[in-house]
Amino acid sequence: MSTMSVPASALAPTNGFARCVGIYLREARYEFLRLFRTRSFSLSVIGFPVVFYLFFGLIMNRGQNIENVSVAKYMLAGYAVFGMVGAALFGIGVGLASELSAGWLELKRASPMPPAAYLLAKCTSAIAFGILIVSILTLMGVTMGHVSLTVTEYVRMIGLTVVGVIPFACMGMALALLVPFSSAPGIANMIYMPMSFCGGLWIPIMMLPKFLQQFALLLPTYHLAQLMLSIFGYASAGTASNHWFGLLGFTLLMLGIASIAFRRHEQNS
Amino acid sequence: MSAVLQFTETSHPQSANDSSATVAALTGLTKRYGNGILALDNLSLSLHRGEIVALLGPNGAGKSTAVKLLMGLSSPTAGVVSIFGADPRQASARLRTGVMLQVGRAPDVLRVCEQIELFRGYYRNPMPYADLVKAASLEGIEKRMFGELSGGQKQRVLFALALAGDPDLIFLDEPTVGLDVESRRLMWTQIRSLAARGKTVLLTTHYLEEADALAHRIVVINKGRIVCAGTPAEVKSMGASVPGAATNRSLRILRCVTALPVATLLNLRGVTQASLEGDQTTLTSTQPESTLREMLALDQTLHSLEVQSPALEDAFLALTADLA
Repeated sequence: MSTMSVPASALAPTNGFARCVGIYLREARYEFLRLFRTRSFSLSVIGFPVVFYLFFGLIMNRGQNIENVSVAKYMLAGYAVFGMVGAALFGIGVGLASELSAGWLELKRASPMPPAAYLLAKCTSAIAFGILIVSILTLMGVTMGHVSLTVTEYVRMIGLTVVGVIPFACMGMALALLVPFSSAPGIANMIYMPMSFCGGLWIPIMMLPKFLQQFALLLPTYHLAQLMLSIFGYASAGTASNHWFGLLGFTLLMLGIASIAFRRHEQNS
Repeated sequence: MSAVLQFTETSHPQSANDSSATVAALTGLTKRYGNGILALDNLSLSLHRGEIVALLGPNGAGKSTAVKLLMGLSSPTAGVVSIFGADPRQASARLRTGVMLQVGRAPDVLRVCEQIELFRGYYRNPMPYADLVKAASLEGIEKRMFGELSGGQKQRVLFALALAGDPDLIFLDEPTVGLDVESRRLMWTQIRSLAARGKTVLLTTHYLEEADALAHRIVVINKGRIVCAGTPAEVKSMGASVPGAATNRSLRILRCVTALPVATLLNLRGVTQASLEGDQTTLTSTQPESTLREMLALDQTLHSLEVQSPALEDAFLALTADLA
């Protein structure tokens, strides 16, 4: 047996790269499948933004324009962010918490799976759901809300989705490591809903009380929403670089918390 | 006969490459958890090529902790873990090991075949898919979702995942929990054939019968320490010798219903242990004849008497009771 393993490891570099790519792709595919088949996840994470946008963006403000701003288009940015944040927070936060509690993550860590493949699979699946949600909302806006959108605007929305999911993916990771699985969905909701409201995803930020507008500066949802609005030329305050810094700071903070929580978790297991 | 065959088989690569004899080693391992619990206390253990070692002990003895440390899933407070001469966290070590953890539960909404494909993909030379399905007797349930399986079927899927990479070293943490008698025998056959192919298997178990039936070597641990180690036969005789040193041959277990209090019984000649459960008193004695004579003289009402030689289970209980 030991003589057999020598030529095997010598052969590895030749197909090592392809094998490695294969691991990453398979991991991502099965993670997406897992999320998609988990109805409690896929239905609520797509359903909530769709229903919210339908009621508050399309039905209540039918064809309204305020100071040359299409309400339906303005709300599209907010609910797009709302949708992708949900995908990241629940897909990663709750998914990771359940795999931690089931011991599945431990089994995977004991295998030769590269840890990065696991994290990347979680992240890309959240991004895929984010893109799906943003596309559905855009389609609704265009077909039902007379929203006019250029292809460039749509492409920039998707681009922002890919990047914008990352801070919330990190937040989900920190959440999963800090909170036991049984309370993870509840706590995720307790963060998700207020953070969405206060970040101006449901009601335009300038309509919120002054102190909430100041508080919003601390929220990643606010910064991401402003970046999304700026694609349509609707940004209300702050420069793009301010918002990018806000998101970067939040991401680093969450990564820090997650790494401390992971070390603590490792010591106790 | 098969043991002799195996020995000559394993001795060949040993001479060619002397590091292959010891596949895995724990040296002076201590693990203290964050909450202060001492799970392993200066434990040393080495696993050799082609052998099945059973780690036997009561709940909380440190069996699972030892497996986790061997897998590099948690880091020791003191001591060294070496797998194929390397750190267990290194990819080279992980590529050659497979593990079945006690709490390992796979995602409910992935199919059995998908889980297996995923794990096979992690290894350079995975076991052929058909062989895996056969080894873990998963025929017919390959397309089922993991969440739809029975407890025993889930256990067999996790066994398949442990074997996915055709590893040289396999850790099985309580592999047959929840299996019916037939599936348990099937898994035993599989574990034996792994060892026959030169693989090393470390399994933890509660089932003394399992350790006795499978293992070449039993390591009894309690409170994070090794109580004793040896072949099943040796462990049995060691268990018998625990209380009375040289007089191990005559050790007997006496069960009866008696009015005599435990304290009195412990003062009788030869008695090493006595306990009362319900109305039944159980004691071990190194001089059973004289113990019995005294007991019968002291208590005229004594009845339901049974005298037994210690079986593996009793040896195990005696060993883990108050030692370590």
